[in-house]
Amino acid sequence: MSTLRLVLVTWWLQLKIRSRSAFDGLLGLLWPLFFATTIFLMYRASGAEGSALLSAAVGASVMGIWSATSTSASFTLQQERRQGTLELLVAAPTPFPLLIFPVTLSMATVGAYSMIATLLWGRFVFGIEIAVANPLAFVLSTLVTVVGIGMLGFLLAISTVRYRSAWAIGAALEIPVWLICGFLIPLQVLPVWVRPIAWLLAPTWGMSAIRAAAEGRGVLADLLACIALAIAYGFIGMLVSRHMLNSARRRATLALS
Amino acid sequence: MAVIEVKDLTRTFRSSKGLFRRNAREVEAVRGISFSVERGELFGLLGPNGAGKTTTIKMLITLLLPTTGQASVLGFDVVAHPREVRRRVGYVFGGDRGLYDRLSGLDNLRYFAELYAVPPREQRTRIHELLELVGLTGREKERVEGYSRGMRQRLHIARGLLHRPEVLFLDEPSIGIDPVGARELRATVKALVEHGTTVLLTTHYMFEADDLCDRIAVIAGGQIVSSGTPDDLKQRVSSGPVVEVEVYGVLGGVVDRVQGLPGVRSVVVEERGQAQVLLVHVEPGAEVTQAIMSCLDDARVGRVVTREPTLEDAYIELVGTP
Ligand SMILES: Nc1ncnc2c1ncn2[C@@H]1O[C@H](COP(=O)(O)OP(=O)(O)OP(=O)(O)O)[C@@H](O)[C@H]1O
Ligand SMILES: [Mg+2]
Repeated sequence: MSTLRLVLVTWWLQLKIRSRSAFDGLLGLLWPLFFATTIFLMYRASGAEGSALLSAAVGASVMGIWSATSTSASFTLQQERRQGTLELLVAAPTPFPLLIFPVTLSMATVGAYSMIATLLWGRFVFGIEIAVANPLAFVLSTLVTVVGIGMLGFLLAISTVRYRSAWAIGAALEIPVWLICGFLIPLQVLPVWVRPIAWLLAPTWGMSAIRAAAEGRGVLADLLACIALAIAYGFIGMLVSRHMLNSARRRATLALS
Repeated sequence: MAVIEVKDLTRTFRSSKGLFRRNAREVEAVRGISFSVERGELFGLLGPNGAGKTTTIKMLITLLLPTTGQASVLGFDVVAHPREVRRRVGYVFGGDRGLYDRLSGLDNLRYFAELYAVPPREQRTRIHELLELVGLTGREKERVEGYSRGMRQRLHIARGLLHRPEVLFLDEPSIGIDPVGARELRATVKALVEHGTTVLLTTHYMFEADDLCDRIAVIAGGQIVSSGTPDDLKQRVSSGPVVEVEVYGVLGGVVDRVQGLPGVRSVVVEERGQAQVLLVHVEPGAEVTQAIMSCLDDARVGRVVTREPTLEDAYIELVGTP
């Protein structure tokens, strides 16, 4: 009960912080639209229409969730370190992973906004028919994808506790994941050896579930895979955090000084 | 059992600069310190910049692992049982970092109340009580980025007290706070100690340490160079008290006669306008004022002041900056 409250309060305050930054706030509202515009124009130029355009819209929107999460997740602890609050979080009796999870969840929430914005942009500016065959499954799949991406961000964030320059990892991962997880191009066109990597990434399954829901196919298997991976990330993150925190306490990397 | 037990604690920092040329540099920040603090005691750590005070505190609140040695707080080892320690201690660092600038003061406190598991039903009253205590009532809804330095420090203090910690670590808590606020802070700290809170304090303000601390350890270069009550430390000042005697027209032989008195270390004559002032450095504990007066029988004597050595005199002698 108190854990749920903690997660909710932290999530809400983090959203507040995020919405008040010029970069995350205002630009965060705008850039998914630039992004979507680029993709819609490219698809239209190559003559795509109907379901292909819808698929592009859905892919672009999940890319937005991932982008909002990956870069900020790996940057957030560096920011906490810089403003001197990382030590406060570590010194609190609440388990550290429990504090970081809502932080990344708030990023994924911002991402979910970008998803909705992308779809509306596609619908009203580009006239793409958002014909979702199974709306309930679509919403459910989206929620699960947000949580899955949030958990992947959580794992990323935890890994940056120990290394002061680890924030670069997230930035480095942002674009490869677009490619690998099949946001825009189907997995089948990638080399075979890439596929196992894709299978280990929750966004792959979330993306697949959202597409399936839009097209009216079954989503259960994809959803279960996405949830299982999210839980696995959570476990790994908790194990890793213990190690990372001890290492950070040994090497004095919690503060900047 | 002591509330804080520190035994042979050391901490070395390794810093390597540069990604490719890894020339590691080692700093021995804390070099084998031991002390203990009893329940309800207010213990001061004094020492120059870089002496190792903050490093020591960070080991005690589980933010840094000791390199060697042991430390426990309320019987819990800081390495083996960090969570038990974290639950029970509070701390306040000086400086304007360590706050969420984009949130209001109130939201900052709400967040940490949650982190420290302050029961939801108590949170409101507790937070308002603390805002009142640190004098931020009325400003709590403003964003912290607009706070002055002292207001930030006041917010730090409120944060540190949220969960009514049994042991409080105050690392330069009064830095940046105006004189009235600093006096209120001292009263707050005294009240907490009266109610049984154990406090470890560092400060660069000697009068603050003198006013508050039951016992003090002076550390320099990562080692304790002296410890005891503030009075103990003052007693140990080798220069002893100074008797200042204002005289109008000192006769030739007077200085020599005073110099010859038992208990007198040295005599200096200072011109101050019309008068001359005899500055008589006295051995600690010696009572010489009467004897000096009788040496001056013919001269007209003005003000006589005996100045005891202050904690600052003691400190400066201990850490050895001339
Ligand atoms: N993270 C770190 N990495 C490397 N060296 C460090 C680190 N933290 C502290 N030091 C070094 O350890 C020594 C002790 O620092 P510490 O902060 O404990 O001093 P202090 O007594 O608190 O000083 P001040 O009065 O200035 O606050 C200094 O030489 C400092 O440079
Ligand atoms: Mg310090």
